[in-house]
This record gives sequence, structure tokens and C-alpha cells, in this order.
Amino acid sequence: MEATIEVTGLHKRFGTARALDGMTFSVLPGQVTGFVGPNGAGKSTTMRVMLGLDAADEGTALIGGQPYQSLRHPLSHVGALLDAAALQPSRSARNHLLWLAHSQGLNAKRVDEVVKQAGLTSVARRKAGGFSLGMRQRLGIAAALLGDPPVLIMDEPFNGMDPEGIAWMRGFLRGLAAEGRAILVSSHLMSELQDTADRLVVVGRGKVIADTSVAELIAAASGDRIQLRTSARAEAMTALANAGATVAATAPEVLTISNLSPERTVAALTSAHVPFSEVTAHRATLEEAYMELTRDAVEFKAQATS
Amino acid sequence: MTAIAPYRSAVGPGRDGFAQLVHAEWTKFRTVRGWVVTILVAALLTVGVDFLNHSQCGTVINGIQVGGCPQAPIGPNGEAVTDNFYFLHKPLTGDGTITVRVTSLAGLYPPTGGVQSSPSGQSPLAGLKPGVQPWAKAGIMIKASTAQGAAYASMLVTGGNGVRMQYDYTGDIAGLPGAASAASPRWLRLVRNGNTVSGYDSLDGAHWDLVGSVQLSGLPKTAQAGLFTASPSYTVINQSLGGGSGAGGPTLATAAFDHVGLSWPGGALAGTSVGGGGDAAAGTGAGGPFNGSFRQVGTAAFTVSGSGDIAPDVTVAPDGNGSNLTQTLDASTFFGLIAMLVIGAMFITAEYRRGLIKTTLAASPRRGRVLAAKALVIAAVTFVTGLIATAIALPVGAAVLRGGGNWIAPVPGLTEARMIVGTAALMAVASVLALAIGVITRRGVAAVSATIVLIAVPFLLVIIPGVLPAGVQDWLVRIFPVAGFAIQQEFPAYHQVLGNYAPGFGYYPLAPLAGFAVLCAWAAVALAAAAYLLRRRDA
Repeated sequence: MEATIEVTGLHKRFGTARALDGMTFSVLPGQVTGFVGPNGAGKSTTMRVMLGLDAADEGTALIGGQPYQSLRHPLSHVGALLDAAALQPSRSARNHLLWLAHSQGLNAKRVDEVVKQAGLTSVARRKAGGFSLGMRQRLGIAAALLGDPPVLIMDEPFNGMDPEGIAWMRGFLRGLAAEGRAILVSSHLMSELQDTADRLVVVGRGKVIADTSVAELIAAASGDRIQLRTSARAEAMTALANAGATVAATAPEVLTISNLSPERTVAALTSAHVPFSEVTAHRATLEEAYMELTRDAVEFKAQATS
Repeated sequence: MTAIAPYRSAVGPGRDGFAQLVHAEWTKFRTVRGWVVTILVAALLTVGVDFLNHSQCGTVINGIQVGGCPQAPIGPNGEAVTDNFYFLHKPLTGDGTITVRVTSLAGLYPPTGGVQSSPSGQSPLAGLKPGVQPWAKAGIMIKASTAQGAAYASMLVTGGNGVRMQYDYTGDIAGLPGAASAASPRWLRLVRNGNTVSGYDSLDGAHWDLVGSVQLSGLPKTAQAGLFTASPSYTVINQSLGGGSGAGGPTLATAAFDHVGLSWPGGALAGTSVGGGGDAAAGTGAGGPFNGSFRQVGTAAFTVSGSGDIAPDVTVAPDGNGSNLTQTLDASTFFGLIAMLVIGAMFITAEYRRGLIKTTLAASPRRGRVLAAKALVIAAVTFVTGLIATAIALPVGAAVLRGGGNWIAPVPGLTEARMIVGTAALMAVASVLALAIGVITRRGVAAVSATIVLIAVPFLLVIIPGVLPAGVQDWLVRIFPVAGFAIQQEFPAYHQVLGNYAPGFGYYPLAPLAGFAVLCAWAAVALAAAAYLLRRRDA
């Protein structure tokens, strides 16, 4: 029970706007849980409610079975990275971690440990105002790890990181999950979470749309779809539509076909003398799976795009 | 998915008691160089402003003080006093009783203008109009000696405050009300018993009421006893923005005594002008007829004329001497305080601006304690800084005043301690008030502006003479946080000395601790509002 987040029926309004509309899900230990949704879906608000920063109108958010307000030395229960830019520019990184440590009864020795863990040893005594975006994210992670908590909550930690940074972060988070911690990572870009998350909670308009493992989501989204590569797109679309398939143009020379088996696809194309170079069973990217979830079903678009 | 055992930390859980919160807030403060520098600047301003004081007394020629600043004599309790009057007296050895009946007390005063430097032949009394001062005094006195500042006890009638027993300059007890006249005379009696002197009054000379009984420590066996008359100077001050003009000058009172009875044998009564000598610049009276005189008009009847006051030395009274340290302290406190108010507000608004408040409140969800820890750290920092700065600024200010030829009346050690510690406390509480306003507004500019308007602007309006009418000024200094400056008041306002008791000259309507309590109340209310808002609002 210790390393778990349980969110049940959260409702919250900001004026007339409904930010949370019955948000319910759990974050379990030993895995990375991705928290995805478009901007304005309620991800940051949910995280703030979890940390006791915002009050929900209804519903509960419990960490290890307790509300945040009742946690003693909370940083040893939950480490959070909400806003990497939340720094006093004239204060050094090490001093930022130092006051945070002091508030939990921890000392400078612990600060130096997390500085090393986050790879900031060479810049720790520099003013935080001069940090690059990537360094700020690492500082935020160091702050989250200060109390060595079993639960970590991170709001868009990949934002603004270069590919190297993203790779580092990905490996880091997976390593933390492997230690048995519960990790909640939010993002509005699927590509970041691919290969990082084990589980996905997809949210939109303040509520959970899907709560499943990444593998299941991709499998469901892939369905029995076929990917076709052809230079004569317009002709292919017509031929296949006539055969009863649903076709979508997903890339300049690529069509995604559903409702038709691969054999019949090939038959329809050859009888219409449409040249093609590739027919493969399609594996959706997380991006596509997500798009499918949050938008209406793919429609036939019979227009030529050059 | 394989089940993984939940994570167990090897690092200890830590503690998050109030002590840890305070430690964290202190670390926050000391690690921002800008804030530490600003506090040091506050200290420097507090001391530095003293050196801008250019008030001069007398003239310094070639480094030598010429035409000095008068020094007041010192009374039996170590305080500066004014002691000028005409004394018709003779020695009293051992115990004795002196009785008298007063049938009138009249006076002359200058309605405008000072003592005319008269062309030869014309009396300085020309141009004075009839009218007795409310605190003109005439009666009987037993005094240790005729030296200025010697201990005494007296029974007297006043121009407008009835019969009173006054002693040792600060002592004042009310007796029969109303003025003495031929139709309604006043009988006065003093009885000396060792070091104890008792005063009695009566309307008919038969039935006597005890007004008071005082111990005059160190009263010598042979003291001086007799009749006296004094009349304090008259001033009209026109205060306007940027300056004021005062007009007035010495006054003269004449009393008619009869039924004079001294219970001990001895020689005749002799007249002495105590503090007289005619050297206005040296504070020894206006000279000439203002030295006083007497006439015997019957076997036991005299008229006695005199000028001057027998009272504590009040710097803002027309007969007062000396400089008031409160004025110096006010100026230096003000500038140091502004810097501290800015820090107090910014200590919290900087967190809102940078979004750090989320980090703080996630680390310490018990928000009331966070506010308390912040307030404690700011209060401690400003108190210690203010204490050191003021402890230096006060003597420095005094030295600068003396360097300009000014004389500073002696201040009891306890009073000076109260001024120093009180100023530090004033700075601390005001900074906490600024912190609370910062929580309420959440924005630095709004918080600093609100604090300046609430604390600094009333201060300026009240300290600069002539800006506000007296009634408004009085109300402002009682109600607004500026009331806290009362803790700096150096000398009490004495009701028996008329003077310009204005905040600009170091006098506040509330007692020192009462004024400070008003400031504390403001801070307490603001903190309560801040705690409420901090808890209720989303971070």
C-alpha cells in the first residue's frame, strides 16, 4: 500500500471551466505510469490535487492510503517535479536543494548524494538562473529524489529536452521503477512516452478515457489494419473503396486500410491495375492509438495531397 | 507483469517539525545574496542618516564654541529642569510651618513678538498686555537652597489650574479648583517635619485639607522657605507646510499675599531671582523687570512679581532647553525601516512570482506553520539588525548633535534601552506586517506599495510639522501602524508644562507600549488574514 497513488472521483471547477470531471485511476509500484492527454485535459490539475496544492471540489487523492496533508515529512513519501523553472535565480542549485533538505530534517550530505545522482555535481554551486532547460529538469529530479521517496510524480519532465536528455531521463525513470517505486509521468506528446511507460492513463476533458497497458493499447489500435505503400494513391483509394474498405492517407505515399483482408486488398489492386510496392500488417504507434482514442473514428478521405 | 516488491528507502525519513521549518526558511533567506545585502543596507541607512543632521546651536568659530547653547540645570532625580522664579525667603533650620493667603494673581504677556530690544529709556514691559498664564504660579516654597535644580516642595495657586502642590519639578498634585481673588482667596500652608513636607489648602483659613505629603531626600537641616512667583513664557506657533513661525516671549506675574505666617523666628525675608541674571542667551531669564521684585504692603503682606517656570525641562516648551534624541532616532529609523519592509514583503512574494510557493507547500503542507516560520525568521533578522544599528545610531546621533553645539538633556539608562530595543522591535513587527501583506497580495509591487502607503506615508505626514491639522494628525498616530513609533518617545509630555507636543518633535499621544501594541495588533490581524488565505487558496 505504501507506494501507491489512488485518485477517486475528482471534480474541480475554475470559475465556470470544469477542469476535473470525475477523474479516477491508480498508480501502482514497480512500473512507469504515463499520464497523457491534450493540453487542458486536467493532468497538471490532478497532480496538484495529489500534492495538496489545489483543493478538489469533490473526490479524494490518496498516497499510500493517506491524503497528502496528513503525511509527515512528505518528501520521504512523494517526490514531485511540477515546474522545473520554479527556482530563485540568484540562489545556487545546491542551496535550493539545501533549504528543501532542511525542511525535512535532512542534511547537506544527502543533498550532495542527489546532486551526484542527477549528474549535476559540476554545476551545483552555480546560480540557478543560469541553468539551461535540461539542467533545470535534472535539478527538479534531484529535488524529487531528496527524500528517497517510493512515489514520484513528474509533470512533463521531457519538455524542452534534447534527444540525449530524453534518453537519459527514460533510462533513469525505468531504473527507478525497477527498484519498486511508483512513477507517474505526464506528457502531451506520445512519442516521449513510447518505450518509457508500462501503463497508460489517457485523459481528456477532465476524465479518464483509457487506463490500460501500453501493449494492449497499441494492439487494440492496430486492429486488423493494413499499411499500403503506393505511388498511385488516388487510383488505389478508389479501387479499395469500391471493394468496401475504409481508407485513410497517413503519409505522402502511404495508405492505411481497414475492413479488408490483405488478400482481398491485393486482389482489388491488381484487378484495377494499381501499382504498389508494400502491403504490411500495420502496427500503430502510440501516437495513432492515442489519436484514435481521443477523436472520432478514421474516415475515408478521398482527396489527393501532393 | 512480474510483481516487484515495493521500494524501501535506505535514507532515514527525516523530521518536519517547526524547528526544521524555521531552519529551512533561514537557509532560504541567507542564500539569496540580494536579500542579505539589503538588510545590511538597512543597517547602514539607520546609522548613516544621523550624519545628515546639521542642527546647530550657537556658533563655532575656529573650532571653538562661541555663544553656547544653554544647558538646563539638573534636578534631584537626575532630570533636566527649568528653574527660574522670584523667591522672597529666609533660612529655615529644622521643622517649621509657613502659612499665607493669596488674594490675586495677575500677569502681563506679549501677544505677538518677543522681548523688544528696547531703545534706551523704554521698559521691556511696554507692549505687554494684561493676562495671566494658565500655569503661572505663586505661593509658598521650602527649597533646599536657592541654587537651580535644588529639591523643593511648594503650595501654589495657578493662573488657570487652581491650587496645586508641586515638588521636585515633576511632582504635581491638584488641590482646590478655581482662581484666587479678593472675594474668594486661597489659603496655603506647608509643614516641614524632618525630610517630609506636607501641603494644605483652605478657603477660610480655619478648615484645612491635606493636599499631599512628600519626602524630599537630602533636604539639608537649613533650607530656604518663603514666598515665590513664576510665570512661564508665552508662545504662539503658526505651523505651515515647510516651516513654522513662533511668536512670544517672557511673561510676568504678580501675586498679592497677606496673612503671611512663619512659625520660626529669624531675620527678614530677602528677595532672590533664582536663575536670574538677565542673560537670555544663557537661559537665565530675560533680565530687567523679568528678574522679579517684591514690595511690602503691610505688616504681613507683600506683592511678589516673577517670571520663568519651575518644571521639568521640556524641549518643545518656550522655556525649554536641549535637543530631543527622538527626532534623530525617527529619521534614522525611517530609512532603515523602508529597506526592511521591502525585504519582508519580498521574502514571500518572490516565491509566488517564481512558482516556488508550490515547492514550499508541497514540502510543508501545514501552511500555517510555514507562515509562522517565515514570520519568525524575518522578525529575528530585522530585530537583530535593528538592535545593532540603533544601538550604534543613537550615540552617533547624540555625538553629531553635540558636535553642532547642541546640548542633550540627560536620559535615564532604562529609557535609552527602551528606545533602542523598542526601535528594533518596531522594525521587526513592521517587517512581519509587510510579510503578511505580501501573502495577501501575492505580488511584490502591490505588497511594497501597500506597505509603504500604510506605514511610511502616515509617518511622513505626521512627522513633518504643518502638513496635517492637529486633529487629523492625532487620529492618524493613534490608529495607524505609525502608532508604533511611540516606543521611541524619549521624554514624557508633562501636563503642567505647555509645549508643542507633536510627533515631529518626539512626542506621541499614546504611551510607548500602548502605541507599540497598536502596531502589534495590525500585524496580528494581517497575519491571521494571511494564514486564512494561504490555507484556503490553491497554491
